[in-house]
Amino acid sequence: MSILDKHGRIERNAFLLFIFSLIVVSIGGIVQIVPLFYLDNTIEEVEGMRPYSPLELAGRQIYVREGCYTCHSQMIRPMRDEHERYGHYSLAAESMYDHPFQWGSKRTGPDLARVGGRYSDDWHIQHFRNPRDLVPESIMPAYPWLETTRLDETMIENLLIAQRRAGVPYTDEMIANARADLRAQWDPDTHDTSGLMDRYPKAQARNFTGSAAPTELDAMLAYLQMLGTLVDFSTYEPDPTR
Amino acid sequence: MTDTVKIAVWGLIALLMAIAANWGHEPIYQAHALFLMAVAAFMAYRTIRQVGAPRPVPETGYMDGVIRAGVIATAFWGVVGFAAGTFIALQLAFPDLNLDLPWTSFGRLRPLHTSAVIFAFGGNALIATSFYVVQRTCATRLWGGDTAWFVFWGYNIFIVLAATGYLFGATQSKEYAEPEWYADLLLTVVWVAYLAVFLGTIVKRREPHIYVANWFFLAFIITIAMLHIVNNLTVPVSLFSATSVPLFPGVQGAMVQWWYGHNAVGFFLTAGFLGMMYYFIPKQAERPVYSYKLSIIHFWALIFLYIWAGPHHLHYTALPDWAQYLGMTFSIMLWMPSWGGMINGLMTIQGAWDKLRTDPVLRILVISVAFYGMATFEGPMMSIRAVNSLSHYTDWTIGHVHSGALGWNGMITFGALYFLVPRLWKREGLYSLALVNWHFWLATIGIVLYAASMWVTGIMEGLMWREVDDQGFLVNSFADTVAAKFPMYVVRSLGGVLYLSGAVLMVYNLWMTVRAPQSRPAPASPIAAE
Repeated sequence: MSILDKHGRIERNAFLLFIFSLIVVSIGGIVQIVPLFYLDNTIEEVEGMRPYSPLELAGRQIYVREGCYTCHSQMIRPMRDEHERYGHYSLAAESMYDHPFQWGSKRTGPDLARVGGRYSDDWHIQHFRNPRDLVPESIMPAYPWLETTRLDETMIENLLIAQRRAGVPYTDEMIANARADLRAQWDPDTHDTSGLMDRYPKAQARNFTGSAAPTELDAMLAYLQMLGTLVDFSTYEPDPTR
Repeated sequence: MTDTVKIAVWGLIALLMAIAANWGHEPIYQAHALFLMAVAAFMAYRTIRQVGAPRPVPETGYMDGVIRAGVIATAFWGVVGFAAGTFIALQLAFPDLNLDLPWTSFGRLRPLHTSAVIFAFGGNALIATSFYVVQRTCATRLWGGDTAWFVFWGYNIFIVLAATGYLFGATQSKEYAEPEWYADLLLTVVWVAYLAVFLGTIVKRREPHIYVANWFFLAFIITIAMLHIVNNLTVPVSLFSATSVPLFPGVQGAMVQWWYGHNAVGFFLTAGFLGMMYYFIPKQAERPVYSYKLSIIHFWALIFLYIWAGPHHLHYTALPDWAQYLGMTFSIMLWMPSWGGMINGLMTIQGAWDKLRTDPVLRILVISVAFYGMATFEGPMMSIRAVNSLSHYTDWTIGHVHSGALGWNGMITFGALYFLVPRLWKREGLYSLALVNWHFWLATIGIVLYAASMWVTGIMEGLMWREVDDQGFLVNSFADTVAAKFPMYVVRSLGGVLYLSGAVLMVYNLWMTVRAPQSRPAPASPIAAE
């Protein structure tokens, strides 16, 4: 009796078919996903990574909302041309606090993993108004509503709390100061930024767009201008076990 | 008694939704709560109206009303999804079409397009055909009475929540899993009901064997449930907010996402549609399935191997190499069971090849399997790391997806709709076979234009990005590559227009078929295995 004849049993029993199918489709995922949570070399240890500041995180939410990931990756591959064009290849550690991750899958526009500091705030403001004013070949949509829409600051504590529940190490102090830190980063001239800088080293504090109250574009620029700036690659040594 | 419980449940849901609408943080969350409140209130009202009324005698024949509704929804969402795709293709050629408005910009419309074609068009097609096939091959009515209607309406309400959510900024940004947490919860309930109806019908079948199409449908339903739940684990920012924080970060998040993403292709768009193939091709060709043994082998091989293929979306990224190589290896192996399915489908036509000349519906079904074979060769090839280093991030991926989606999923669905409509509405035949023929050619030429233009732009931009001069400097700026793609983006849009016109012709043809006088005699026995 060949093994294929025995298959008749499964074909006559809905329960067997259900159970066998469930087992067969579970194996691959378990093998590939579970070890990523306990293998030490999945995420390399690097200096400089920290959770996003409240203003950066608010900007990231807008990046997610507008679907920027549909055209921009944030994952530089270790190839010569990508190194030349975008910078050092992306490390796993650089997205360890990213809920959700924004690696993307398509480059209709360039990679943004290290776009921080590449262009001035004024360039970005103009570019969001109309990308073709600066890059005639661009096919990116204009985002004029970002600079006219007031940033919603009311949910920022809740957002940090939810991020902490998902595993990001926001401290009680960070959560308690979320609203103040957001304001201080946008308006460092009238706020004390020492707390912000202690909690979020390398945070860039300035009124990005010269707005009278924080706009969505301020938050977006705070996010874009910090992308890829946290790890200092002049001192970075790759982990040989990866 | 059950009416009392039903009224209480619908009333409670309406009340909770009213509270949610009152406390909701974002306008889109409030709008969704109001919409669900209206649905629940309507259901409560409907139940109250029926209290005490004499129950209609339970029907015993096949339950076809819900399938008719599914066929209409499939055709409707198909046209919506193709139109959205054609529009965003034109946006990529002519960016002024973004209209400078939030809800018409590419980043929000692109998830609308992918969800509309995969989940609205494909999902309704899968639910409708699986309900049709499982009844005919089990020679029994659907299990669970009106539960099937709950599946249909619940699923389509989920689609509406998802699509309107994207336009107004409610998204998790996980590709093909963008809907926010409350829409995901609704889908989970609906999906469990779907599994119960499908499995319940198999359990009460009057045929000794479970037909091969039902293996594929069952594996698809089980796996989608698993993928959907794990990939959508998320922490809502508030119970009254449409924002949530996905549970898995960075590298783990990427792995889970593409385990989900690739198997949305593998199970939603492949296993489920193979279930359609295993019923409609033998029926339309009036030939038995080519090989029983092949169907056993390729079924188990396909569902085992597919689930490993996800990491090929993450080649050369920060995902550990061991996972990338596993993904590549299994993706290449996957070529074999995929072609097992193609061979079994095509060889079923053996002895009936002459029908391809006279039967445009069979021709549509056959070319869908041919496109399936092509896409499942191209996929394993693109999963090879060396190829992927060129193809990844480019339009080649988009072309690959569309030869599978337009060619395989679209065409087999069109074939199934042409098969189903005359039977479900008891008509003599289709209104016009000539229009089916027109649809065949419009769609086929549309796909060829689409796939060919994306090969050209994809390979071109991949080569342009990596081109360095003899001094070691990059030759092309990113903007140069964007400009170079313009002509092919126009060609791609034209392909979309052709494909969309074909679908519109189909809707007209099906509509005229339904309008024709009823002429097909009712079967002698209410339940006959077909």
